[in-house]
Amino acid sequence: MSNEVPKPEEPVTDRQQPDWYRRITGVGTSIGQAIVIPLLALVTALIVGAIIIAVTDIDTLRVWGDDASEAFRLTITGIGKAYKALFVGSLGSVRAITETLFAATPLIFAGLAVAVGFQAGLFNIGVNGQMHIGGMAALWVGFSVALPAIIHIPLALLAAVVAGALWGAIAGFLKARTGAHEVITTIMLNFIALFLVDYMLKTSLFQEPGRNDPISQQAEPSAQFPTLLGGYRLQIGILLALAAVWLVWWLMYRSTIGFEFRAVGFNPDGGRYAGINVAWIYVSVMAVSGALGGIAGANQTLGLEPYRGITNFAGTIGFDAIALALLGRSHPGGVLLAGLLFGGLRAGGREMQGAAGVPIDLVLVLQALVIVLIAAPELVRRIYRIKTPEQELGTTISTGWGG
Amino acid sequence: MTTQPATVDTTVTIRATPEDRRATGIGVVLVLLAAFVLWAFGLGVDSGVRSTFNLSLPGDRFQGLTWIVNAQWLAFVVAVILAFLGGWVLRRTHIKWTNMLLAIGLALFSLTFLTWAAADKSFNLAGMLQSTVILSVPVTLGALTGLMCERVAVINIAIEGQLLTAAFVGTIVGSAWGIWAGLLAAVLTGAILGAALAVLAIRFLVDQIIAGVVINIFALGLTSFLARRVLSEAQDLNSPGRFGSFKIPLLGDIPVVGSILFNHNMFVYATFVLVILLHFGLFYTRWGLRSRSVGEHPRAADTVGINVFRTRYRNVILGGLIAGFGGGFLTLTQVSRFEENLTAGIGFIGLAAMIFGRWMPLGALGAGLVFGFARALQQKLGILGTPIPSELLSMTPYLVTIIVVAGVVGRSRPPAADGQPYVKD
Repeated sequence: MSNEVPKPEEPVTDRQQPDWYRRITGVGTSIGQAIVIPLLALVTALIVGAIIIAVTDIDTLRVWGDDASEAFRLTITGIGKAYKALFVGSLGSVRAITETLFAATPLIFAGLAVAVGFQAGLFNIGVNGQMHIGGMAALWVGFSVALPAIIHIPLALLAAVVAGALWGAIAGFLKARTGAHEVITTIMLNFIALFLVDYMLKTSLFQEPGRNDPISQQAEPSAQFPTLLGGYRLQIGILLALAAVWLVWWLMYRSTIGFEFRAVGFNPDGGRYAGINVAWIYVSVMAVSGALGGIAGANQTLGLEPYRGITNFAGTIGFDAIALALLGRSHPGGVLLAGLLFGGLRAGGREMQGAAGVPIDLVLVLQALVIVLIAAPELVRRIYRIKTPEQELGTTISTGWGG
Repeated sequence: MTTQPATVDTTVTIRATPEDRRATGIGVVLVLLAAFVLWAFGLGVDSGVRSTFNLSLPGDRFQGLTWIVNAQWLAFVVAVILAFLGGWVLRRTHIKWTNMLLAIGLALFSLTFLTWAAADKSFNLAGMLQSTVILSVPVTLGALTGLMCERVAVINIAIEGQLLTAAFVGTIVGSAWGIWAGLLAAVLTGAILGAALAVLAIRFLVDQIIAGVVINIFALGLTSFLARRVLSEAQDLNSPGRFGSFKIPLLGDIPVVGSILFNHNMFVYATFVLVILLHFGLFYTRWGLRSRSVGEHPRAADTVGINVFRTRYRNVILGGLIAGFGGGFLTLTQVSRFEENLTAGIGFIGLAAMIFGRWMPLGALGAGLVFGFARALQQKLGILGTPIPSELLSMTPYLVTIIVVAGVVGRSRPPAADGQPYVKD
């Protein structure tokens, strides 16, 4: 083959400065930029949410034709009632605050899982599956042995960490070995985990004796997370979450492997030239991410009533975590704050559903709006007429499917 | 003590190419399958057991067509063929045929599996193949959406959200103003979401994967929210009616093939037509050449005067239209009712089908049929009552998707500029 044929010009990409990375992690942006955009995104999302509440209120919509001012008043009170319930349900009382913290616990773990992935340039949508697998492993330790709580709970958590890490590492391995994009593989692994849990819940290994539906045995009392305050659901999970925040911060910013994670995320080619084994980093990032997801799952099986495994016990937490990590700029501290905020939305959302009749799925819509606005800061700037900093243009994490 | 004469190792080891290694792997798999067929379906069945396959469906012109096979003998024959195929692939003399031989092997394996599952019973084979065609429709349409976008280098993982939202809007509009209006609304919804993706990806340069994920979360949240808030209060908005199936004259009366291929609703025929149209369009028209050039080398395309941005917008929106059509299929045919998250990953499976079909419409149809077959098999096996738990069977399409994306079925090459935004100098 002759060498005279010139190589086709590489398509124009700027791998040296992947801008999405800066947007997501906030690296290189000023503190003001890193905080202003998320705040404005949140405010905008709440305004759009209010509009959605208004236009979907069928009873009020019927009034518009007869009496516009009355309809306007009803709309405003409807929105006010919903958002007031959201506030009261999240911060209005001691119970509300403990509920917020309680709801924030798995979100913080799951958010950390996504954030670790982001920092290394990986998009882990599979937290849902990792929660299922980790939660089931913890549950199995929880009901199959009887031990003092001081050993039992750490052992269950260890099982969750190992199982979640292994499940997460599958996607990392596939990416490192075959180039399969982690977005597709993790989503598919979510579905597989969901069916696997359903299957396991019906086997004699897990199923509550005498039942035919997919429900597991109850974890031993020694494996159930002890509550912190009498009469409230808040349990030690929140303390573990705080510890995890510190641990992830230490891992990402003070340890060698964390530096390698971030180096690969910032520029995989640069990392490779610097002698980092990028394939190994992909596997270990997904393992760490999966381990955090696994603990989030353990929190759902051992941390709340009925202390059993049921179908889809992870709910939408794994997906909320994506919005949460983006909002928290993938920094452990940011994830903590965003987790508390989303915990509040969740606790308040339940109140909103009960008191104002607005389905809690609105929270999912708000979250999607937050992600759009953070991923496209142009939009926020345009709405609020903020000056564009010079270095913002161009984004790529996705270049084909590795084929 | 005698010293051995020093021999210089002069053999040159030629490193096996990835295709060679893959062929070896597939050859081993085929041989293992042969052993498995022999052990489980051949020796595990009593001799003389027969499986009955029904080949005609109610309403066919020719009734009572059946095919009776001796399960054990079939297993023995298939085991021998599989072992032969495996040996042939292992010799690596016809690397190009590897995929075809694998396909033949897997088809034979499925047949033997069915005869084993249907041993001493009768199994409606024609019905299963008919469901295969029906279930392949949303996957194929999803794959077509994906390839419309990726041929111009825009990655669309929002197919799932487009399908879901289109299905939702189609249900409501269909219930209020009839199914044709519902279909129109579904198609337009898909197009609007396509436009949203295009604007985010092309105008605002948002990472295409994030833009897609956002649209998916937004679609799931909004449709679930509205389903609970609106549909639960107004149940009459959740029964849009359905497009019935009609038999194509003459073709529909061919025994077996007629009922499998030519007795369906409008969506199935439209999908076939769309596949052929797109294949012709992409590879034999000026539009197709321009689209592909934008996906392969946008700068070169721009240099010769093709408007890169306009081409991308147009194709992504067209892709959205197709996804909208697929969304309409989901609620305006058999099910005729919207439920939360009713797509359950079909959009992502469509994406895998696109990769499996190597970014070609005919390939997308083929891959769609494979996934449809997996789904149909899973449904019908539930009726037969095999010892395999239904949950594990339900995993099959997702597992196949991972296997496809991981390139086990052979590397396929995406458009060169896939996923990269184009910035004019």
